[in-house]
Amino acid sequence: MSGILVVAEQRRGELRPVSLELLGAAQILRREGDTVAVAVMSADPGRFVAPLSVAGVDEILTVQVAAAEFDPDTVESAVAALIADRKPDVVLVAHSVDSFGYAAALAASLGLGFATDVFKVERIDGELVATRGGYGQKINVEVDFPGRRTVLLALRGGAFKPPEQAASPRITGFAPPPVQSRATGREFIEMSAGDDIDMTAAEFILTIGRGIGEEAKVPQFRELADAVGAALGCSRPIADAGWLPKSRQVGQSGKTASACKLYIAMGVSGAIQHLAGMKHVSTIVAVNSDSEASIFGVAKYGIVGDIFEIAEELRSLF
Amino acid sequence: MKILVAVKQVAALDEDFEIRADGRGVDPDFLIRDLNEWDDFSLEEAVKIKEASSGPVEVVAVSIGPDEVDESLRKCLAKGADRAIRIWDDAVEGSDSIAIARLLAAAAGREAPDMLFAGVQSSDQSFASTGIAAAALLGWAHAAVVSSLTYAPGAKTAIFRRELEGGLLQEIEIQCPAVLTIQLGINTPRYASLRSIKQAAAKPIEVLTPADIGVGDGDVGEAGSLSRVRRMYVPDKGRAQLIEGSAAQQAARLAEIIREFKGAAP
Repeated sequence: MSGILVVAEQRRGELRPVSLELLGAAQILRREGDTVAVAVMSADPGRFVAPLSVAGVDEILTVQVAAAEFDPDTVESAVAALIADRKPDVVLVAHSVDSFGYAAALAASLGLGFATDVFKVERIDGELVATRGGYGQKINVEVDFPGRRTVLLALRGGAFKPPEQAASPRITGFAPPPVQSRATGREFIEMSAGDDIDMTAAEFILTIGRGIGEEAKVPQFRELADAVGAALGCSRPIADAGWLPKSRQVGQSGKTASACKLYIAMGVSGAIQHLAGMKHVSTIVAVNSDSEASIFGVAKYGIVGDIFEIAEELRSLF
Repeated sequence: MKILVAVKQVAALDEDFEIRADGRGVDPDFLIRDLNEWDDFSLEEAVKIKEASSGPVEVVAVSIGPDEVDESLRKCLAKGADRAIRIWDDAVEGSDSIAIARLLAAAAGREAPDMLFAGVQSSDQSFASTGIAAAALLGWAHAAVVSSLTYAPGAKTAIFRRELEGGLLQEIEIQCPAVLTIQLGINTPRYASLRSIKQAAAKPIEVLTPADIGVGDGDVGEAGSLSRVRRMYVPDKGRAQLIEGSAAQQAARLAEIIREFKGAAP
């Protein structure tokens, strides 16, 4: 086959939504005669057939593996076997914590063309071109892969539209080679609450970032959040420094602020992981003294100014 | 016992940066260089393990880059690394993360450490791939985004937690030697004291070429890379609608947005 192999991602029995976005990206790259196959690795891969049966998928490859959850050795050997068997031109995986653990290993071992955190894919004069960010998203970098028969791309979550229509793709069982895993997964642990806030339920979040400068400034923003009726959240550096508990951290690796509709970010520059975790929010207001901060790229409203001054003025209005 | 720590000197953009004439990079005059933020945490983790160990442990920092990278390596030496290795010659220019990983793996092969740490990613290019690619080339077990670690040098396994999306952690036991990529927040990196900065000046930085560690010219630079930069450009500016005026006016508009939201909320 020439075509596109998509590696779906699952965790604890749930298909991760980015898997469907990968299928959306596959449609952009698909050429006439290409086959789009999606592989799903699990102890019970059959359960993912239904959610993966969407438009544009020709074949679902169910790969039964011993490891119940992600294991790099298992995934690397199974995907390598799939590539050897199917000879795809393009392999699409999510740019995620799981793929951080295996994609580069696979590319290096097999000599695949390789790029990560890709948010745009296209063919220019027949050549595959991927676009990623550089220097804190301030620059776009186009890369190509001269002389590579197969290219592995790790795609950024939230960058591609998942197909909406259902379909009935062919279902094929694929037997992976035996593997001796060198790591043993133990239990999952929910990040400890630390306090009584449930960020996933909060509809209005006011977040503070590195811009607050020092721990002594935290109480005034806590007080402001209370006054305006927002849950106080924070970006990673604030939680890492221990100024607020981890349970207050929002963004990709923090709590998923899934219910959030209004998000005010004060002094948050907007690391890509933070932005990716907040992209779904309908109204983002960014307050930052740096007019070049990447958060202005996703915000609906922007205030360029001193966060302490704005905070003080805002406090006086509630 | 030995822990090898891979570090990178990253570049941030100066305010008025310019793209190079060939369109494939940033003019180096506009780059501000520093030790990658993640690497500060992986170095600290290695030094902490050394300090907690009853037996002797050597912490070696390794970086791939030209002369100026010595500045970041000195920083590592001041923060507790025992010695440093820098690998470079002009053929390495234009390497992607995989070509860099090839040099890192060769250096690890030569040093034969019990563990190799790297940062999850670099703040400038954010490939999140060098450490894990090096693991594959070494044939070592590997894991990414490690946010806590229990490891005694020389032990056959290590136990760590990896930080997943959405506030979830997973505990894993892994065989050693292994490559672990270290996440921000795993520890609190120390500041170098004046005394340790002075002492670092006397510690050795060994400078090697790819040939010294058995890597040929064809395995580095563009020839040894799995991708090639075609073009760099400044993306269209953000679409945020700017709220202008004095701080009082800006805050008043923000208060209005909050009240509109609250009015609409059930």
